Amino acid sequence: MEVLEIARWQFGITTIYHFFFVPLTMGLAVLTAILQSFYYRTNSHDYKRLTKFFGKLFIIIFAVGVVTGIVLEFQFGMAWSEYSRFVGDIFGIPLAIEALMAFFLESTFIAVWLFGWDRLPKSIHLLSIWLVAIGSTLSAIWILIANAWMQTPVGYVLNEGRAELNDFVAVMLNEQMLVMAQHTIITAFVTGGLFMLGISAWHILRGNQVEVFAKSARIALIFTAVASVLAATTGHSHAQHTVKNQPMKLAAMEGLWESEEPASFSLFATIDQEAKESKREIKLPYLTSVLAYNNITSEVKGMNDLQAQYEERHGEGNYIPPVTVVYWSFRLMVGLGIVFILTALYGIVQWWRDRLETSRRYLKITTYVMFLPLLANSLGWIVAEMGRQPWIVQDVLLTSEGVSPNVSATSMLLTTIVFTLVYGFLAAVAVFLLHKYAKPGVAEEDTDAHAY
Amino acid sequence: MDYQVIWFILISILFIGYFVLEGFDFGVGILMPFISKDDVDRRVVINTIGPFWDANEVWLITAGGAMFAAFPEWYATLFSGFYIPLFLMLLALILRAVGFEFRSKMTQPWWRKAADQFIFWGSLIPALLWGVAFTNIVQGLPIGADKNFTGNLLHILNPYALLGGVVVVLIFVLHGALFLSLRTDGEIKKRVEKISFRLWLPIGIITAAFTILGYWNTVLFEGLGLVPGTLPALAIITFLATFAFMRYKMQGYAFGSIAATILLGAAVVFYGLFPNVMPSSMDKAYSLTIYNASSSDLTLQVMTVVALFFVPIVLAYQGWSYYIFSKRVTRDAISRPE
Repeated sequence: MEVLEIARWQFGITTIYHFFFVPLTMGLAVLTAILQSFYYRTNSHDYKRLTKFFGKLFIIIFAVGVVTGIVLEFQFGMAWSEYSRFVGDIFGIPLAIEALMAFFLESTFIAVWLFGWDRLPKSIHLLSIWLVAIGSTLSAIWILIANAWMQTPVGYVLNEGRAELNDFVAVMLNEQMLVMAQHTIITAFVTGGLFMLGISAWHILRGNQVEVFAKSARIALIFTAVASVLAATTGHSHAQHTVKNQPMKLAAMEGLWESEEPASFSLFATIDQEAKESKREIKLPYLTSVLAYNNITSEVKGMNDLQAQYEERHGEGNYIPPVTVVYWSFRLMVGLGIVFILTALYGIVQWWRDRLETSRRYLKITTYVMFLPLLANSLGWIVAEMGRQPWIVQDVLLTSEGVSPNVSATSMLLTTIVFTLVYGFLAAVAVFLLHKYAKPGVAEEDTDAHAY
Repeated sequence: MDYQVIWFILISILFIGYFVLEGFDFGVGILMPFISKDDVDRRVVINTIGPFWDANEVWLITAGGAMFAAFPEWYATLFSGFYIPLFLMLLALILRAVGFEFRSKMTQPWWRKAADQFIFWGSLIPALLWGVAFTNIVQGLPIGADKNFTGNLLHILNPYALLGGVVVVLIFVLHGALFLSLRTDGEIKKRVEKISFRLWLPIGIITAAFTILGYWNTVLFEGLGLVPGTLPALAIITFLATFAFMRYKMQGYAFGSIAATILLGAAVVFYGLFPNVMPSSMDKAYSLTIYNASSSDLTLQVMTVVALFFVPIVLAYQGWSYYIFSKRVTRDAISRPE
């Protein structure tokens, strides 16, 4: 394999792995803070026990997110030095601000929260978990400002072979970032909500501490119901943005080779990238026009037309991303999103009929669904990143131009393998510990004054 | 003043802050196996840095991010050139964090032993590699006209650089020992104080040797001249003062004093480099300087405003966290099931 290919695998593996844990952290941080707020307001022992219980699970997940996060920041320079030289003037800013504004906040106050249970006034202690939640959401926004610039570069000029900032506010308020941030934060809440719902349901199913977990299940359910619906609406506005700024990505998401007006939505197809066609298609009329322009009349450009446009502007080359992966990742992601909405709404109905704790079938479903958001999050990023190929910065810099020229294929391969193994080991440990700490349920009394 | 100069100073401060802060928690991690008689001792030692190590590490992440933003060429050359050492450092930092976070999650001895190994090696290796990396920078690196590092791993692991690594490890160990003397009591405190006394002179000798050899091995003396200026002189004085404070059992001052030595020593390195950031050993014209490695003025201006706003806030709450967790960690508190 070429260095480029290995570097891409390395980035894919380390980033997807990191983002397996991060949305869960973001969602659970807010939910833990909500539980603790209930404890603060009601002084109810149950909410304190729930806070500690979900807090423990949160900490395990948080730890994995933190350690895999450092790799990302180093990786740009290590494996993608030419990219770093090209974009540093712009891309570095949000990264630096993220560390300064969000990471310090998170890391300081997670320790204050963890070690401060009996040492701080209750209000300050509550504030510390909220600051962690705010910090993790802020960090998502800053990293999305960075990523949004790769998707839709704005506020820059090309000078001496690199991109230079000429409008900071444009970079900060990039429309791409606004649509991405809404969707990413909301889906993180869905992830955390379904996790808390699933864990609560698991205990209710086993008849363990039913009254306590009925409380967390209800909070999680309301949270998830709202968030899962918003995930769909924010996703929809994301698509309308994509068709404007990354039409090739949208066409690949739809497996749309020839332009259509109005464009129908392909429900199923086998993609033949060589022949540039989609076979065995099942199509729903108008729907892609709705997706892309929110009407039933507009034309959606196909990949062949876009390829011709690209060749005109950028010269010979293949400007079409790997369509099969993008097409199916998108479909699966949307499908899963629908599953989440149905799961939440079904839960609300069961609650309304007063059957939330007794409907074994529903509870069982949630214990499976709770893992699926992790998959949906990864699929979303596969669409976003692979759909942008062959560009690393859309229409400005090719991925092949970004890789470090002085790192050998052997080094790249070796480190990729070791990262994968270590991350696999980490995942095993984390899952093992999560199971161990989730299983007994909430503790009767606090036993640990010291966290370590 | 140029924005480039401001940012060179700010990044120096971030790295120096990182060495001063993470320095002692690396030292504590390295010392942990040698000063603990049982699991309770080890937990006492780990809990002394429990609330701090993670936020200390953020200084590194911030330094990296700030370098990326303010000096993209420096960031790109350094990180791609030191690909393998940084990879090892990342692995060490990952396993170290896992050791801290997950150690007490299980009671089985094999689990805790494994975590102890992660903590020890995860503290030793990054400390050593930082010494190696910065020694390499002041030695000058084979950087070509395209700003890329052209050497290999053996070049980076040259004997003088390894000596630099050892110096950093030893100083961090002393720093950690003095931190522990502030945060523990009883037997552990006695043990670390004994170690501090034993280590002080050897550290002084090795560091002096490293500095003298630096005349032939580094670019620093070209910038600083032969007779040490104020910064090196203060570094030496604070190191001597550390011993005096230890001798008179003024632990707080001893800790502050060794922290000052690290601060000043690192400051000498950055001051000696200025205005270079990565001197080239191939041709001086290829050296990365704060001018040919920097971002545009607008980016530096934006970052300056951001830094002026956030750095004081961060310092305030991080300082506050040290204040609220200033009580000594005792064996009783660890083994008492509340």
